[in-house]
Amino acid sequence: MIVAARIFGIGGLTSFRALFYWLNPWIYVPSLLVAPIFQILLFAYIGRSAHLRSDGFYLIGNALQYAAIPCLFAMSQTVSGERYQNTLSAILVSPAGRIPLFLGRSLPVILNGAFVAAFSLAAGSLILGVHLPASSLAPIALVVLIAAFSCTGLGLVNAAISLRVRENAVLSNVMFGFLLIFTGANVPLDALPGWMSTSAQGMPFTHAIEAARRLVAGSSLGDVRGLVGAELLVGAAYGLVGYAVLRWFEVQSRRHATLERS
Amino acid sequence: MSTIRLLAVGWLFHFKMISRSAFEGLGNVIYPLFFATVAFFVFQAGNSPRTLLYASLGSAVMGMWSSVSTTAGGAMQRERWWGTLELLVAAPRHFALILLPITLGMATIGLYSFVATLLWGRFLFGVHLSIVHPALFGLSVVGTVLSFGGLGFLFAVSFVRFRAAWVLGNLFEYPVWLIGGFLVPLALLPSWVHPISWALAPTWGMNAIRQSALGGSPLDDLAICVGLGVGYVALGVLVTERVLRAARLSGSLSLT
Repeated sequence: MIVAARIFGIGGLTSFRALFYWLNPWIYVPSLLVAPIFQILLFAYIGRSAHLRSDGFYLIGNALQYAAIPCLFAMSQTVSGERYQNTLSAILVSPAGRIPLFLGRSLPVILNGAFVAAFSLAAGSLILGVHLPASSLAPIALVVLIAAFSCTGLGLVNAAISLRVRENAVLSNVMFGFLLIFTGANVPLDALPGWMSTSAQGMPFTHAIEAARRLVAGSSLGDVRGLVGAELLVGAAYGLVGYAVLRWFEVQSRRHATLERS
Repeated sequence: MSTIRLLAVGWLFHFKMISRSAFEGLGNVIYPLFFATVAFFVFQAGNSPRTLLYASLGSAVMGMWSSVSTTAGGAMQRERWWGTLELLVAAPRHFALILLPITLGMATIGLYSFVATLLWGRFLFGVHLSIVHPALFGLSVVGTVLSFGGLGFLFAVSFVRFRAAWVLGNLFEYPVWLIGGFLVPLALLPSWVHPISWALAPTWGMNAIRQSALGGSPLDDLAICVGLGVGYVALGVLVTERVLRAARLSGSLSLT
């Protein structure tokens, strides 16, 4: 138990810190703090141009959805980064339990994703002049954290696929793109074709974005508990699928000697 | 003649290399389609007088710009990783003549994205592309591609001594989409943004493409777009000489 806790805590933190040998402030600030603000502004102005929804709609949608960038890319790096540094086989040959190994790597990613979304929300609201009621801030923070958890679950699936797919940056971008379209971040779900809005119910962010919008509109946390619960469920489901696929591909990689395929 | 041959062979060589890269080739065609799809849905659901054709043309040029901005910033970094930057700098031709075909190749990839987005709009959203001035439309697209290549060239040389140059390229993607008037009319943006927009060739290229497609006079916009592109190249040549001289003096070209 103690060993598992050490792998979870220390291993996860060390792995996350390893990202910062290249994800230094010169990269972190433009990619994860400045870019989301421009994404918010872009869609807020497109919304104005198309006469569709208010600035607040796009602010909340894009601030939360941008958490996909740190969550998807950082999780895929847990595999591809190790492969690039020739340490992947050393990790996978170790007897360490895979659950603490990969969940430990997920925790800092969740916290970072939530920070990026919260920062984007705060900065975007100041720039666009969107008022976020003080009473909604704490519940929104919780929803943001759950959204990051949910997307990190998808990130675990992404990490698993990275065991087999070389171009994981393209894959992460494609996932990001689907989340941009489907989750209601920019297009109201009722404006999407039926199959798309139905698919959106099984994707990260859909329920969290809706919950955050209702909180800003004056609902209480209790009012949106169904949406929050659904978002948690979606995240947990992706996490389980990601873990299962990861183990499956690990076995396959050993069997076919494709672990270091880069 | 040898200069033209160098540019042509360099362009073909780099175009083929970029085309075979999943990230720079396929990725740059697919990624803007997601944004185009959002734009189509937003304009379809909204009650703006702007048409889906307006969104289709804007989204197509967005894709062209993505191809340049996301790759040009890191062009020199990539040569550095491959260990070929020193060789290119030491080549007997002016470094600008070696670098320009790289960014023109990237801009040409943007043509794939441009066509892909128009076809996406046609087959998924039923956007009929009726072009009022076909010849001027073709000319506007080519002029825009060339000016994008010029701006990419300026980016590439300006960021040559910055380790994380690719980030700056990515960073310029959204802002130019926004202030270039691709999907948002400049009139909706704050007035202090307008001079910045006017200094960007993409703004004029977008105008020229829209004018030629929807009916209007694109020649003035096209001339300004190409003129700005030439200006970027001229400025880029000056920056190249300054940056390379500084790098040689300090022995910092490889940034190791």
